[in-house]
Amino acid sequence: MGSFWNTRATHLVCEVNNVEDTPTAGTPPRNGTWKKHLIHLFPVPAILFYTLFIVYPIFAAFTYSLFEWKGLVMGRFNNFDNFIRLFTQEPYHTMFWRALRHNLYYFVVEMVVQNGIAFGLAYLIFRKIKGASFFKVAYFLPRLLSVIIVGFLWKLILNPNMGILNAALRKIGLESFTTAWLGNPDTALTAVVLINSWFAIGFYMLILLAGLQSIPEEVMEAARLDGATGFRLIRSVVLPMMFQPMVIVIVMTFIQSFEAFELVFAMQGSTGEPFYSTDLLAVFFYRTAFGGNSGDTGSLGIGSALAVVLFAIIAIISAVFMKYVNHKETA
Amino acid sequence: MRLRVMKRSVLYVLAVGYAIVSLFPLLLMLISSFKPNVEIFTKPLAWPSKFSVVSYDKLFVELNYSKYIFNSAFVSVATLVILVVCSVMVSFYIARFRFKWNGLLFFYFLLGMMLPIKLGLVPLFLLVRDLGLINSYWSIILIQVGAGLPMAALILSGFFRTLPSELEEAGRMDGCSSGGLLLRILVPLMKPAIGTVVIINFIGVWNDFFFPMIFIQDEAKKTIPLGMLQLFGEFTTDWSVLFAGLTLSSLPMIIIFALASRQFMDGLTAGAVK
Repeated sequence: MGSFWNTRATHLVCEVNNVEDTPTAGTPPRNGTWKKHLIHLFPVPAILFYTLFIVYPIFAAFTYSLFEWKGLVMGRFNNFDNFIRLFTQEPYHTMFWRALRHNLYYFVVEMVVQNGIAFGLAYLIFRKIKGASFFKVAYFLPRLLSVIIVGFLWKLILNPNMGILNAALRKIGLESFTTAWLGNPDTALTAVVLINSWFAIGFYMLILLAGLQSIPEEVMEAARLDGATGFRLIRSVVLPMMFQPMVIVIVMTFIQSFEAFELVFAMQGSTGEPFYSTDLLAVFFYRTAFGGNSGDTGSLGIGSALAVVLFAIIAIISAVFMKYVNHKETA
Repeated sequence: MRLRVMKRSVLYVLAVGYAIVSLFPLLLMLISSFKPNVEIFTKPLAWPSKFSVVSYDKLFVELNYSKYIFNSAFVSVATLVILVVCSVMVSFYIARFRFKWNGLLFFYFLLGMMLPIKLGLVPLFLLVRDLGLINSYWSIILIQVGAGLPMAALILSGFFRTLPSELEEAGRMDGCSSGGLLLRILVPLMKPAIGTVVIINFIGVWNDFFFPMIFIQDEAKKTIPLGMLQLFGEFTTDWSVLFAGLTLSSLPMIIIFALASRQFMDGLTAGAVK
């Protein structure tokens, strides 16, 4: 009995759904049975979770930035006061520009060192050296670790007294180069960026490798027949063909360097030790919103203002890059 | 010819050189976890004089380590199950039907790939507090589901589009409803794509310490990365235990990676390349 009804019902649903499946679907149904509308429940849980926990908080930050805050309680509307204080009042003013400089440095070093090495490694694997699949795995492995672990491992390796790096330097007679890598304001930021590069290189290598492998074999073959080898082959054939993956890598590196938080927080704490020398915008944001900067009552508002500024930087720059890609492609 | 051989060997030197840079810290972690504390400093590069598992023992006996493992496993499994169910449903809707709002819906989810979620932290914190989820696993689980959805919807709807529509028509002929069609015919075909979604998000959720740090203060509910953060504070002198903790917490990733390295690597780059 039950199965009979099921078959009947599903038949009905199927017939109606077949109608809906055609390009004209979405127009009002002719003979309404409620069952065919059930399909509209399918996207509901996803929309709900995504809107509530991702979209809403980011857009709410815009509203929050325009209000006064007393601890965790929203006060009155105060226009752009939080933004004005962020850019004029100490310590926010100094912290903002210093952190922005650090973020730019972070981005540039990642572009040059991390993506440079990543491209080199991708090219090695692309050239089909023996054991390519082993190397691929070996380069990728660090990406599997938690940032907490990455930070801690390198903290031990770079430890000024007991760390392996300084021990190795002493052994080969470069005693004068030893330093407290993470405790010295001159080297700490560079050390952190390089550690992050160590962590992320395998990921960028894979993207670039996918780009290399998408170059048609005939193109490479033709270039070789014309006598292009080594750097010439890379410069005049490979790089121009890699335009799109390169822009993807640039945009991702940019977004990730401007969102960077975990590694600095895990290794250098919420104030970017030593003496704010590793402070980044996202760390500054976290500290302003949650760290209780000398018990300042306006922190949550200023934190939100900072989030908005950071969001604008990331959105605008990524949009410009993306537009540039589309432009290039249609041209 | 000799030039060619030389060039070739330069490539190998570079490849092996960076492999050492890449793997050395991991090997150091593994080997140090079997060493007595003294040897870690006196002979950092040497093989342990004798392998001891004392530090692993300590980890479980003196510390809450098994509790951390349970918490991490629970949060990861719950996130992945909810995420897969939600994203399969929404992708099916987006890719297999042609309602006029589907393009917009797809774009709405794609937007999330560009949104830096951390920047919404202040409203998110107040939201979680108002929902009464502070100190609950569900705070992390629901946020991670939301965060994983854009990429999952992209990968799965891309895969749905590759399935031939004859499959669906045949199913419907046989009297299958949309739900039945999805469950009995399409989902079994989607195992690779679902595997990719599971793997990408498993790495993210298992390794994350940001959201647990914000929302979990209760010692009994901490996940492994958060527990490790605490270990660093308390066990600053017992490095061998620390290394054991680090090794153990990265083990699940490395084992799964060893079993499905291809899917891992394809999965992580899938969103970027498509």
